[in-house]
Amino acid sequence: MTVRKNQATLTADEKRRLVAALVELKRSGRYDAFVTTHNAFIMGDTDTGPRTGHRSPSFLPWHRRFLIEFERALQSVDSSVALPYWDWTADRSPRSSLWAPDFLGGTGRPLDGRVLDGPFAASTGNWPLTVRVDGRTYLRRSLGGGGRDLPTRAEVDSVLAMSTYDMAPWNSASDGFRNHLEGWRGVNLHNRVHVWVGGQMATGVSPNDPVFWLHHAYVDKLWAEWQRRHPASGYLPTGGTPDVVDLEEPMRPWNDVRPADLLDHRAYYTFDTD
Amino acid sequence: MPRLTRRRALAAGAAAVAATGGLPAPSAAAPGHSREHGHSHEHGHDHDLGHDHDHDHDHDHGAPEAFDEVYLGRRIQGRPLAGGHHHGGGYGVFIDGVELHVMRNADGSWISVVGHYDPVPSPRAAARAAVVELRGAPLVPLT
Repeated sequence: MTVRKNQATLTADEKRRLVAALVELKRSGRYDAFVTTHNAFIMGDTDTGPRTGHRSPSFLPWHRRFLIEFERALQSVDSSVALPYWDWTADRSPRSSLWAPDFLGGTGRPLDGRVLDGPFAASTGNWPLTVRVDGRTYLRRSLGGGGRDLPTRAEVDSVLAMSTYDMAPWNSASDGFRNHLEGWRGVNLHNRVHVWVGGQMATGVSPNDPVFWLHHAYVDKLWAEWQRRHPASGYLPTGGTPDVVDLEEPMRPWNDVRPADLLDHRAYYTFDTD
Repeated sequence: MPRLTRRRALAAGAAAVAATGGLPAPSAAAPGHSREHGHSHEHGHDHDLGHDHDHDHDHDHGAPEAFDEVYLGRRIQGRPLAGGHHHGGGYGVFIDGVELHVMRNADGSWISVVGHYDPVPSPRAAARAAVVELRGAPLVPLT
């Protein structure tokens, strides 16, 4: 059974294996297919049209399935690997071990944002960016460069306290848990973390940075925490909503899975805190 | 609404940024923008590109107005587009002639594929944010 652990608790060997599996997915071309899929949904999901991966109730189940697919790809390289999560309320500094050269590498240099250390630095030759929105082929970051801090635990708690999963109009204007977690409204959790990392993480091709998976694994964990706090609250909407994935409707691009199939993460993995 | 209070407080600043709008020269950048040349664009980004002075006059008035200026050495243009499917609601933004994918949020704010998670008040602000983010790099054309 896959156990997703806090990245801060990984052993040196666990970090080494995860990095090796990431580099192998990249080498084989399978990694970049995930980047392509993500950007297609980023550009295609709109507040006034069909929306599946983002700015909609299915933001959470869509990314849960996306991460399951990615984790299975990693495990096809090394079956011992699981996706760790980054609790950015706790590890909130560019000096965190997450950004050390033995794991993800650090922030980018001021000149051009280029990441210079770690296994994903362009100079290794192991991490060429091929799915891009601009001409730059090297991984970039500007950790904390936007001048805004990462969300605090108190801010997370204020969002976890919201008992309604999502609300009409089921988009970036919605009140409720999903949109506050996604960050288009309110204290801004998920979106703000993308901006804090900077570089490709701030763009539609954000999965180019491996931290994408650790960020979303934590967003996914927060969904599980919310469910535990609100056992009587379920996914909404439950039927008949134009442009929006209802509880029992299949989700693109897989078309073989519904939000209803993804509500219980324990069918796929557990967390180290479960 | 603290936003409204801040907006009023920054009204003068917002007007200064807006005033640079149509000037077709690199020097069109407002004084605050010079900070971005010094690689400390953090504050320039937040204040000059408008988290506080939200809602240009385009909100609630259909498509925003066209613009055409040189910003930090890049030509940025925005204009209503005829035909085709554009998530900017029939509005296109270009940097040095290459289209920047932009999208209008339900609250009237805008994002681009280069600054996807950080809404700004107008397509011009999205184009300027993209120019800062690109640091001279060319956009990959939309396919």
